[in-house]
Amino acid sequence: MFYRENGQFKSSYASDQQMLPILQDRVFMLGLLAFAFLVVPFVAGDYLFLSILIPFLILTLAAIGLNLLVGYCGQISIGHAAFMAVGAYAAYNLALRLPQLNFLVVLVLAGLIAAAAGMLFGIPSLRIKGLYLAVATLAAQFFMDWLFARVKWFTNYAHSGSVSTAPVELFGWKIDTPVEKYLFLLGVLVAFTLIAKNLVRCQIGREWMAMRDMDVAAEVIGIRPVYAKLTAFAVSSFYCGVAGALWGFVHLGSWEPLAFSLNLSLNLLFMIIIGGMGSLLGSYFGAAFIVILPILLNQVPQWLGVPISTAMTSHLEFMIFGALIVFFLIVEPHGLARLWAIGKEKLRLWPFPH
Amino acid sequence: MKQKAKFAVLAASLAVSAAVASTAALAQAEEQFFPVLVYRTGPYAPNGVPFANGYVDYLKLVNARDAGINGIKIAFEECETGYATDRGVECYERLKGKGPTGATAFHTLSTGITFAVTDKTFADKIPIITAGYGRADSVDGTVFGWNFPLGGTYWGAADMLIQHIGKKEGGLDRLKGKKIALVYHDSPYGKEPIALLQERAKMHDYELLLLPVTHPGVEQKATWLQIRQQRPDYVFLWGWGVMNSTSIKEAVATGYPREKMYGVWWSGAEPDVTPAGEGAKGYNALVFLAPAGRGAVHKDVLRYVYDKGQGAGKKEDVGEVLYNRGMTAAMMTVEAVKRAQIKYGKKPLRGEQVRWGLENLHIDPAAIKKLGFDGFMTPVSTSCLDHEGGSVSYIHAWNGKKWVVQAGSYKPDMSIIKPMIRASAEKYAAEKKIAKRDCAKEQ
Repeated sequence: MFYRENGQFKSSYASDQQMLPILQDRVFMLGLLAFAFLVVPFVAGDYLFLSILIPFLILTLAAIGLNLLVGYCGQISIGHAAFMAVGAYAAYNLALRLPQLNFLVVLVLAGLIAAAAGMLFGIPSLRIKGLYLAVATLAAQFFMDWLFARVKWFTNYAHSGSVSTAPVELFGWKIDTPVEKYLFLLGVLVAFTLIAKNLVRCQIGREWMAMRDMDVAAEVIGIRPVYAKLTAFAVSSFYCGVAGALWGFVHLGSWEPLAFSLNLSLNLLFMIIIGGMGSLLGSYFGAAFIVILPILLNQVPQWLGVPISTAMTSHLEFMIFGALIVFFLIVEPHGLARLWAIGKEKLRLWPFPH
Repeated sequence: MKQKAKFAVLAASLAVSAAVASTAALAQAEEQFFPVLVYRTGPYAPNGVPFANGYVDYLKLVNARDAGINGIKIAFEECETGYATDRGVECYERLKGKGPTGATAFHTLSTGITFAVTDKTFADKIPIITAGYGRADSVDGTVFGWNFPLGGTYWGAADMLIQHIGKKEGGLDRLKGKKIALVYHDSPYGKEPIALLQERAKMHDYELLLLPVTHPGVEQKATWLQIRQQRPDYVFLWGWGVMNSTSIKEAVATGYPREKMYGVWWSGAEPDVTPAGEGAKGYNALVFLAPAGRGAVHKDVLRYVYDKGQGAGKKEDVGEVLYNRGMTAAMMTVEAVKRAQIKYGKKPLRGEQVRWGLENLHIDPAAIKKLGFDGFMTPVSTSCLDHEGGSVSYIHAWNGKKWVVQAGSYKPDMSIIKPMIRASAEKYAAEKKIAKRDCAKEQ
């Protein structure tokens, strides 16, 4: 009844091509942004910011990056935490050795370095496909782990191999309270989501999707696979590099190579599988699912006042979390984003489904 | 009439809510909140569980025997970290604000978590106690205002091990040309001692082999193959959890003599040696504060906690190495609160006030005896400048059934360690842009 595009006529190309063609969607999105920027900073507490919202925002950015590669271009990677590590260590070294650089410049440069690394490890994708490629990207994971743990220069010869950073400063604005961190990350994430959304709607995004759907056919219609695949690897690694730098500088403050282990790579992959491959919205859903759910499950027994031991709580957390993943994948293999789309379809017909 | 009824309802509800609020406030005002970060699951659980049990049991004992700390009851809550840094940080955030005055002090029980939360303590003003672990340079209280590596650091531990084998060889100069292998957990924890061992290698001219083992440490074939090829004179083990028992089993398999293996104090407890069975006989490790065994305080724990069915673990496990270490960790925290109560009064204290207690902690032999820790604690005396409070250790060896303490005690050579601490702390302060504290002004 309310969610219906009746009467919304498009009279120009611009209005026909806009990102959210339906008025209700635009209003909803603006409302959501206003809520995130104006309401959340005043109502959320430290715990919510530091343990839930900040990790969620950064991992969403990384998930978007991985989704561009896996979801849009069809190239599986299980080594994306490595590119996050490249971004984090690149940013650390840039900030350490060139302290006069603005943090935004550091962030972009770190992203570019990660993009270069991503392209390097993307080269095998020109020859091998599917699961074989996944195994090849695993090499990135182990190589970067080794590099940052063994080559002391990257960690500035720290005794324990752990590096630490000063709070981020931007044009005299010191980002050190949880609210400031949240607002900064939210700004970055919104900007990068907009860029990603436009990328996938323009020529290059369509080339990626053509590549994903059938690479031989794509080649026949004149899409260069080298260009399409390597740009996908570059853009995707750029996003992950930026996310990695933010993870280190804004979230952790000090970290060791273990912070970007294979575990994180797999988690990123789970995020986009559960959230929805080839959907930016899905990256948000997936990150929320993977970041928030375990923490929530861990605290439920306490809220209910059930006296079970710490060990039992944590076993239950794993069991229920695993069961939920299986459940969602059986009910909706296309991810949470697909559930959302179905909901929207139903809403258009509501309350007269026939 | 209607007005009156409304008024009555309002008055009644006000009275009820006031009563509820005041009882809640009363109950809250009398508690000191202790956060407990534990790992009772995962690959490090064999070692995490006894420590957590000892820690919690001691808190229960203080509540049951002394009715709290000078009448202030201890409230505590466990949070499972699984030894993972991200979950540890989440636990820290979850627990830091609980209780009427927030968290007393955190024992992170992981060097990785220590590194991550150290940043946060500057804003939160909550002490992090890393008794026998954490960053070695955090001894410097002027830079690391909130870290307390009470009773020992890894640099001190490595130094004492070198002193011990030097003594065994008949003088530190005899170490020349010897080969020492460090088998370490490839994480900040395992890497900490390397700096000191390299410094000592320069002085005594021994060769240092660095053999990292990746988390969690169940796969060590390649490491022990190298040991078989290189035949080092001594092996130092810097492991944790399943890595320790795996190392000892591998040593048995490769035929490396266990008598020449020395573990740090985190590689010398019952769960590390029992899986290797008879093969572990002769293996040595450092002792941290308390060896295995039972003393006066254990009798109290059995009487006040276990006999009432309140024990966190099994009765026969009371007195294990890690159990005792958990108890001493809890004891030092409780003593710090007691000390701070002298200055700030007998009420629940904030983390900032507890820090004063931690910086003015004096646990001398008389106090140790009074607490029932005779033989299970070495003296600790801290100040704003020195957050370690002195470190004394000895070696114990596994005889196949229990840990036996060997003769001779060791102290780290501070003339070597102090300059390293200073340099490292300065570097940290510069990287993080920390303004140093002036201890002379604060006391």
